Amino acid sequence: MSTSEHRNPRPRAHRTEPAPDGPPPVPEVSARALARRRRREALARFAREYARNRAGLVGLASLLTIGLLALTAPLFVDQAHLTITGAPGESYQPPSWEYPLGTDNFGRSVLDLVVWGARVSLTVGLLATFVSVTLGTLIGVTAGHFGSSGGVGGRIVSAVLMRITDWFLVLPTLVLAVALAAVLPRGIGTIIIAIGLTVWPPTARLVRAQTLAVEARPYVERARALGGGHAHVMGWHVLPNVMPVVLAQTTLLVATSIIAESTLAFLGMGDPTTISWGGILEAARTAGAISAGIWWYMIPPGLAIAVVALSFTLCGRAVESVINPRLRGQS
Amino acid sequence: MTTTPTEADEPSGAGTTDVPAPAGPTGSGRAARVLTYVLGRLTTAVVSLFAVIVAGFFLFRILPGDPVRAMTEGREVSAEQREELRRQFGLDQPLWQQFLDYAAGLLRLDLGTSFQYREPVVDLILERLGPTLLLAGTGTVIAALLGLFLGARAGWKPGGRGDRVNTAVALFFWSVPTFWLGLLLIVLLSSGRGFMPGLFPTGGMVDPRASGTLETVLSTAQHMVLPVVTMVAVIYAQYLMIMRSSLMDEKGADYLTTARAKGLRDTLVRRRHAVPNALLPTVTLIFLNLGQVVSGVILVETVFSWPGLGQLFYSGLRVPDLGLVQGLFVVFAASVILMNLLADLVYPLLDPRVRP
Amino acid sequence: MSSLLDVSDLHVTYSGSAGDVPAVRGVNLSLDPGDTLGVAGESGSGKSTVALALLRLLPASAKVTGRIMLEGEDVLRMKWGRLRAVRWVGASVVFQGAMHSLNPVKRIGDQIAEPLLVHALVKPDRADARAAELLEQVGLPASRLRDYPHQLSGGQRQRVMIAMALACEPRLIIADEATTALDVMIQAQILTLLERLVDETGIGMLMISHDLSVLAATCDRVAVMYAGRIVEQGPAKEVVHEPAHPYASALSAAFPKIGDPASRLAPRGLPGDPPDPSDPPSGCVFRPRCAVAETVCATVDPPLWPVRPDRYGNSDRHAACVHVGPGEGSGDGSDRSVPHQSSSTEETSR
Repeated sequence: MSTSEHRNPRPRAHRTEPAPDGPPPVPEVSARALARRRRREALARFAREYARNRAGLVGLASLLTIGLLALTAPLFVDQAHLTITGAPGESYQPPSWEYPLGTDNFGRSVLDLVVWGARVSLTVGLLATFVSVTLGTLIGVTAGHFGSSGGVGGRIVSAVLMRITDWFLVLPTLVLAVALAAVLPRGIGTIIIAIGLTVWPPTARLVRAQTLAVEARPYVERARALGGGHAHVMGWHVLPNVMPVVLAQTTLLVATSIIAESTLAFLGMGDPTTISWGGILEAARTAGAISAGIWWYMIPPGLAIAVVALSFTLCGRAVESVINPRLRGQS
Repeated sequence: MTTTPTEADEPSGAGTTDVPAPAGPTGSGRAARVLTYVLGRLTTAVVSLFAVIVAGFFLFRILPGDPVRAMTEGREVSAEQREELRRQFGLDQPLWQQFLDYAAGLLRLDLGTSFQYREPVVDLILERLGPTLLLAGTGTVIAALLGLFLGARAGWKPGGRGDRVNTAVALFFWSVPTFWLGLLLIVLLSSGRGFMPGLFPTGGMVDPRASGTLETVLSTAQHMVLPVVTMVAVIYAQYLMIMRSSLMDEKGADYLTTARAKGLRDTLVRRRHAVPNALLPTVTLIFLNLGQVVSGVILVETVFSWPGLGQLFYSGLRVPDLGLVQGLFVVFAASVILMNLLADLVYPLLDPRVRP
Repeated sequence: MSSLLDVSDLHVTYSGSAGDVPAVRGVNLSLDPGDTLGVAGESGSGKSTVALALLRLLPASAKVTGRIMLEGEDVLRMKWGRLRAVRWVGASVVFQGAMHSLNPVKRIGDQIAEPLLVHALVKPDRADARAAELLEQVGLPASRLRDYPHQLSGGQRQRVMIAMALACEPRLIIADEATTALDVMIQAQILTLLERLVDETGIGMLMISHDLSVLAATCDRVAVMYAGRIVEQGPAKEVVHEPAHPYASALSAAFPKIGDPASRLAPRGLPGDPPDPSDPPSGCVFRPRCAVAETVCATVDPPLWPVRPDRYGNSDRHAACVHVGPGEGSGDGSDRSVPHQSSSTEETSR
């Protein structure tokens, strides 16, 4: 009922319960084999649970297809045809057998552009997610750990970190990202940083809540009593147990990041020399294709963004429902 | 469960009172608590605002290295003109002096000067505030009503057909980039190409040919349709999801069994008992997500050439006009913080339990 | 027979992902107007499920069979509209833990008046006055009408709950753990209040509690439930002070009698846990925890036998234990066995 419970979705115990401390009574090799087997079993169980979620499977299949297409794009897209000077067709040709999605104002094949654009959009989306998840996890684990067992100084650090998180959480993400992209030198790296530095706060909050739950478990108490330092507790006990939550959050964040990338590119913050989905849409708009009603120029890239974002969202929700049984059977 | 000693009175005679248990609301004590609460929230908001001011300074004065170079990149600008610009922006001063000037300016509501328009940023903002408030206000209100209504229905019978359809539609709109949805609507409904006639204008806020109040209002309404639809489509989805999950959390509550036992029909149980409780966390989250409304406004105004703050921001970005962008950054961030402050102050009216 | 409430062969089964779990397995109860019947049992015995089943308040995943005759009408076969009309007017409920059973964001006056308005028993402009009357009836000043639940103490909230239950002047009140969350002094007050209301109004009350001593003090008759069945029932004093079923005696011993050295020295409590309802033990379900179990208990699931029957084989007390049955568990006793169904019917006509 309390509002705080809503902001920090109730963390749950997860199936992988490592107990790495304490001397193993069996020879090391077999212990490692045992651990490996247990991990394999946990993974198999995860896959089985995931397979029950039909929407999750659809999302996964569409992501694998798109990923494969993006990776193999150089095999069937002639890069020379993607330059303005090397454009093979006439300007604004409607869809035809030769150009299934028509051509843009320079005569380039829109299909080629969209396929090629997947490479940049996916790369930026994944890397930006990596940056923000790393940042969010670090901040979340630190805030959670020192909040629960850090003495006065630790508690102050934790409180300050959470204040900063809340501040970022409230701030308009896009405005901040755009501002960052505007003042830093143009390029893919800037876009990745601009997104990564602005979308981490929800992850930090989630990870902190999960950290607090893990730290309250008896074996963490024991590790601490046995003299385990902060690094040991955080690295050995908290992190492995936070990972499932982070995994679900990561999948959902990729969707956010890809949309953010296209938005920044659309606002003209992208690198004009690379082709990304947002970039294609920006070009379509500046070329006047929208008001001229050249639908084949603007529908495919946007649809691609929507499909990829939706697929990641479906996968993320599926992972979430496997991890958190409370949500199961609700979508 | 705490009880006061007075509870132990022999109650057999009807009318025996056990007097207020947890501090009855009496005069000055209550006023003091309200004051403490309000002051606490105000302090938080002021600290956040200060952080925004510092961030604005850091972002636009320190991070770019040389702001003037960043602004004039790729332009024919002579060295003298650059020097002139530097002086104009106070960049020849030491950093601390720059910060003090900037902060003092903010206190006087002086947000600096636009490089592009050669006008005080405050004037530009005030000029365009109206259209933005009109668009964002209409969009947010419709999105909130729609999202809460559909979310309450979806969450009451999770897994049902209505829920599945609603959730799927919401997830789709959530996955669609705002600006693309706007572009799509323009191509479909206003470009006048193909089988669809151009039903709505492609951009702007009012037809310049419109004369007289009535005509202006009608023209504005017609211009507003597509931008508002776009905003609603993108924002309502998250309201729906939030309302749905908080209603699902309420579903098992004991007071709903009481309500059912009283003989209320299902819709009344939901509307009278479950929804008012589920609204509490939802309202908090809606205000927490106001930043996304700002993002939406920027994109929608850009796509539909709506003459508001969002479009101003976009025009500042294209130059780039760092003075203007900085001023708008501060205004956007501050407005979100103020709205959150407002939410904190209003929340106790909704939830009697947190009333000071 | 003008019984107020007559429950026969009530079964409740929860179906979930883990298969069907029987929570109530063949319960018979009956209650006359003006009487108080107690149902005792530890948590998980199915007693609260019985309470909720009486007004069909269980979730859709619960399958309810049997017969629940409320003033001659079968609740389980009512149409929705009729059921809604019977709820709170025919029978109302004082729920456990009034903390969560009251809506936290609504004023208590509105919550008390709500059933009156829903059932159109008062005009809207009279609702407040009626709510004030009800509040005063349970010993709270009318000035409390505008309070929210969190502004009241636990005892006060329970009083509000009772006032609410009285609102439509029902013939039956179901008190589901009505005093459980309260401390002893407040508990005594609430019990006195309930007793007084039953005396004054002549309504029937079904009182459900895990605390046998509470039931002994308030009820005329008591039924003890274990693992979804009634294992003993009879006049409250007798069941509490000289229980016939080993579970009833364990339950009775769990609440010490003050000033009785014997109860201080006697072993208290019960080893083990209640059986897993989805996989009950064979024979008598209480056998694994029973101190006096015999080999026969593993095969015989005893019905309710009359305890110390008169020469016609009748008694107002019944217990489901082979030690109570004819021949004290030596013979199979089938020749003299009194079927469970008829025994409870006789018992209602005492």
